[in-house]
Amino acid sequence: MSRPDRTAPGQRAWDQDGWWRAHRFLVLRRLSQATLLGLFLVGPWFGFWLVKGTLAASLTLDTLPLTDPFIALQSLLAGHLPESSALVGVALVLIAYIMLGGRVYCAWVCPINPITDGAHWLRERLDLDKGWRLDRRAKYWLLAAALLVSLVGGTVAWEAVNPITILHRELIYGGLVAGSLGWTVIIAVFAFDLLVSRRGWCGHVCPVGAFYGLVGRLSLLRVSAHRPAACDDCMDCYAVCPEPHVITPAIKAMDRGPVILSQDCSNCGRCIDVCAPAVFRYAWRGDVRTEEPSVPIGTEQRRQAA
Amino acid sequence: MAPSWVHNDRSDIDRRRFLGDAARGACGAGILGLALGVTVRQTAATPAAALRPPGALPEDDFQSACVRCGLCVRDCPYDTLRLAGFGRGMATGTPYFVAREVPCEMCEDIPCVEACPTGALDKDLDDIDQARMGIAVLVGQETCLNYLGLRCDVCYRVCPLMGEAITLERRHNERTGKHAEFIPIVHSDQCTGCGKCERACVLPKAAIKVLPERLATGRLGAHYRLGWEEKRRRGEALIQGLIDLPDRGPAPAGPKLPRKLPGGGYKGFQP
Repeated sequence: MSRPDRTAPGQRAWDQDGWWRAHRFLVLRRLSQATLLGLFLVGPWFGFWLVKGTLAASLTLDTLPLTDPFIALQSLLAGHLPESSALVGVALVLIAYIMLGGRVYCAWVCPINPITDGAHWLRERLDLDKGWRLDRRAKYWLLAAALLVSLVGGTVAWEAVNPITILHRELIYGGLVAGSLGWTVIIAVFAFDLLVSRRGWCGHVCPVGAFYGLVGRLSLLRVSAHRPAACDDCMDCYAVCPEPHVITPAIKAMDRGPVILSQDCSNCGRCIDVCAPAVFRYAWRGDVRTEEPSVPIGTEQRRQAA
Repeated sequence: MAPSWVHNDRSDIDRRRFLGDAARGACGAGILGLALGVTVRQTAATPAAALRPPGALPEDDFQSACVRCGLCVRDCPYDTLRLAGFGRGMATGTPYFVAREVPCEMCEDIPCVEACPTGALDKDLDDIDQARMGIAVLVGQETCLNYLGLRCDVCYRVCPLMGEAITLERRHNERTGKHAEFIPIVHSDQCTGCGKCERACVLPKAAIKVLPERLATGRLGAHYRLGWEEKRRRGEALIQGLIDLPDRGPAPAGPKLPRKLPGGGYKGFQP
């Protein structure tokens, strides 16, 4: 069943249930990204210190330490056992992402996500082809390379070029990062996603995302295609999903349950937004229940359209 | 009918594709890893003007321990510390300060060390006077006003360890023949590398500069023994009964060679 006319993905859900319903998780996600960045910025901008530091390591309200476990792992391999403050921070972050899904970091926290989403948006508007189709395993090879260089080079290697912390640091520390050429890295990532490879950076290259994916391999919060029978194959979810390969096993291979189990899924919830028949929802990992609606949602609208 | 050694079953193709993909991935990652390694190598040492915060581990250890969070920068009350930007010749995101711009004010509670979550700034440092951020070196001996015979003394006076880290050594002024020069001498065992002397130097370009320890110091060979030190430590010469050979000084005034005469022969020559 194909779309009768070439409408944007999510248009049907919008028409059917209103704008908010078709954009809620996108909006919440942008709010989350902006809020987390804002928490770091109110200190330097208004002198009200909620959170100090960066995504690499931070201190909230002068008590709660949080540390990026990937950076801490590189530091460990480079030969330094961090002090207890950083180790507590690592433990807290790991627990959070094991619960919520490792790549929740990518979709809900990472400041590069709006950049690459922006590149994708522009790429769709310009109707560019998919470009260089990178192997999805490239990010794991790069992850291994970053750890190896840390081990051999005795330094936190990926931080030399990590666009996430470069962007975050320069936004938050502003003038204290004098004469930085960090903007070139950010532009490079944007240009890479726009001109070189569709959805190339976050899903295929970034070792931080790969690391968090591994952390969240067994995460509790997942997206579930809990109404697979309602799916009318409109492909909107595939069009908006940054990792579309994760959808098929859940929606088609029902023997393994309706829950999207792939570590690549970032729990961004965009599929939930755009699906007019409301096939998807957030669920706990073990929640294999499915609903079989007697009449697929959206049938009425399609009949009218016909 | 294909010969028996041709396997066209799916698993074989899958395996071949898998190996091909894996090889490509490994090569790609290898190249990127190499590029990353080179980048890391190039920033393994700090530029000469960049000093690490107090309590920083030796540079190699510091690079492995620092997570580039900037918490030390945040807690520095004087905005002395900065974070290294990308492409500035230093490990991206690590803290440093430039003495000529904003020197370290040497807070007694050392908040930057306190803020470090990983121990890259060593919490064993509890006395800021024991900090070793660098060592001041009077590099501009041709321009230093005190070397020129004036009484500038500014570096000496702003030093938080005045009279200990920098002393003024009196020397005879050979140029005028009747004045004294007061030469600033840095004592590397006392200097914390705070940079106040470099900041305060009145010249347009500082004559005294704080350099990282690796640039500021020399080192004796491990086998060198300073005889006088050994003698002091032992209370007597290490080797007794040395034969004291006569010193060979200028030749004593002996008979002068007779002067040669224009007509041959020597004046007053007596065989």
